[in-house]
Amino acid sequence: MKLSAAAIVAVCGTAALALLPLAMPPYYTGLMIPFCGYAIALLGFNLLFGYTGLLSFGHAMFLGVGAYGAAILSGVLGVKSFELVLLTVMLGSGAIALPVGALCVRYTGIFFGMLTLAFGMLFHSFLFKFYHLTGGDSGMRVARMNILGLDFAPYNKIEFLAGPFYYYCLGLMIVAGFVMWRIVNSPFGLHLKTVRDNARKAEYLGVHVHRFRLAAFVISAAFGAVGGAILGFRVGLADPELVYWTQSGQLVFMAVLGGFSNFFGPIVGALTFTLLQDQLQSLTEYWRFMLGAILALIVIAFPEGIAGLAADLRRRIAGKTA
Amino acid sequence: MSAFANIVAGGVFHAAVLFLVAAGLQLVFGVQKIVNLACGSFYALGAYFGITFIGYAHQFGVSEWLVLPGLIISGLLLGFIGPPIERVLRTVYDRDESFQLLLTFALVLMFQDVFKFVWGANPRSLDSGYLIYGTISTGDFGVPVYNLLVIAAAIAVAAGLGHFLQRTNYGRILRATAENRAMAEALGVDVRRIYSVVFTLGAVLGTTAGALVVPTAAASLDMAIEFVVEAFAVVVIGGLGSMRGALAGALIVGLIRAFSILLYPELEVLAIYLIVVAVLIFRPAGLFGRTLA
Repeated sequence: MKLSAAAIVAVCGTAALALLPLAMPPYYTGLMIPFCGYAIALLGFNLLFGYTGLLSFGHAMFLGVGAYGAAILSGVLGVKSFELVLLTVMLGSGAIALPVGALCVRYTGIFFGMLTLAFGMLFHSFLFKFYHLTGGDSGMRVARMNILGLDFAPYNKIEFLAGPFYYYCLGLMIVAGFVMWRIVNSPFGLHLKTVRDNARKAEYLGVHVHRFRLAAFVISAAFGAVGGAILGFRVGLADPELVYWTQSGQLVFMAVLGGFSNFFGPIVGALTFTLLQDQLQSLTEYWRFMLGAILALIVIAFPEGIAGLAADLRRRIAGKTA
Repeated sequence: MSAFANIVAGGVFHAAVLFLVAAGLQLVFGVQKIVNLACGSFYALGAYFGITFIGYAHQFGVSEWLVLPGLIISGLLLGFIGPPIERVLRTVYDRDESFQLLLTFALVLMFQDVFKFVWGANPRSLDSGYLIYGTISTGDFGVPVYNLLVIAAAIAVAAGLGHFLQRTNYGRILRATAENRAMAEALGVDVRRIYSVVFTLGAVLGTTAGALVVPTAAASLDMAIEFVVEAFAVVVIGGLGSMRGALAGALIVGLIRAFSILLYPELEVLAIYLIVVAVLIFRPAGLFGRTLA
């Protein structure tokens, strides 16, 4: 994709999302906050999955690091600035990802997936069992924080979330998207793609395969923590459910739904999944079945996801006019 | 001392059940190269269906003494779900393994709601039968005979599978297919059929394990996704694709779990995963796995 086309997509998408609170009831604006959180986490996840070719089945761990980090900083240590929290959880998440990643990146494919799942569950059982530290299954409270140094005291929580915080998350997502765009289009990103397509040849050409995989793992962990902090802030709670392996599966689901071979795919996937889940949950008690069926359908029939379908459509239209 | 024996007996019983599911997982991975996240769902399906099956059997006046054979039969009956599911998986054999993993994850999600739809959200349990075979006890040490029978059944399955894979002609064909699918196919092996049989066998091992555990524990919606985690641990410790590995891994996980629940309950799953991580650091391919390329 050329920069201009990507820029058009990005600008149109941002404009639509920015105007959303004017056109839609606050409920949908509230729904868009987890979307931003997931989208940021997925941008990182896709650096690992789409660009480096490593499928992590334990990525929810970093959502948990973000959410629990926010809970500890805001609730226990009384930190008021959300920016400071974001910075801290990014660093913390990277620091955790470094040893975990160093072990995991020695493997690829199924083994990498199982190993990340193991670490994710290790973290989950730590959160779940060490009640006095983490609150066990009732989780930890995430206190309300300032954004950009402003406390928006006159707003109640719902107004705050649907108004300033929504735009704040949107801004974060744009910054995250821009940073990720720069990463994947840098020489570093090119290295990652080389490692994905042919690790042995990359090694032969002098690329430190493990080092690049590890770098991608750490970066994706930092993005995940930002997403987790947003999710935790919105609900006001960090709970171990956020780290369970099915949550990691859900992240993979979103990436594949949107199309992991496209830069914007994960964002589209996060948006579609959030809306889809919301609609299905209001329609039927058996929304998991529907989601599973949709996932199966995508995996079998549309492995390129929504972004792939869109590209297909565009090619077809272009073919007709030519 | 008897407390120690009690824990060991409990751990070995859990290991027996774990082994059955892990053996199914290993078989399917060994031959089809698919890691089946839905193995826990098969396990849960076996448990739920076992309860229903025994319930009906009671209504028709079948003796309570037939609980164990009844549960085994109910597990075997569920084998019918194997071929259709394998047919769905067949569409992604040529794709990247991440897609295969995702498709089995889709199955997990769908099974979750099937259980909820058919059996409801509340845990279900078998109200009778567990102690019908009595208990063997000396002093403080006591173990239900049912547990011993299940352990014996698992040992029999292990021996039977070993014999089947190593000594019979069909087993040799299975191993040849696992080794080199294209070559087996070129030599006239009907690989499609083999895959269907293997997957069904794997599923049956899972459902039977689930049915066997039902007299001792309730069937709940969480059991599917919780059990996968343990089965994965077994497989990683033992080495992917290895039957002996499944046996050793199941024993390790079963015993560790039993001891940690008693000594330091906080460590239950944590201890298992610490072992997993340790194994992966020091023996990356698992205890009985082949070294990875």
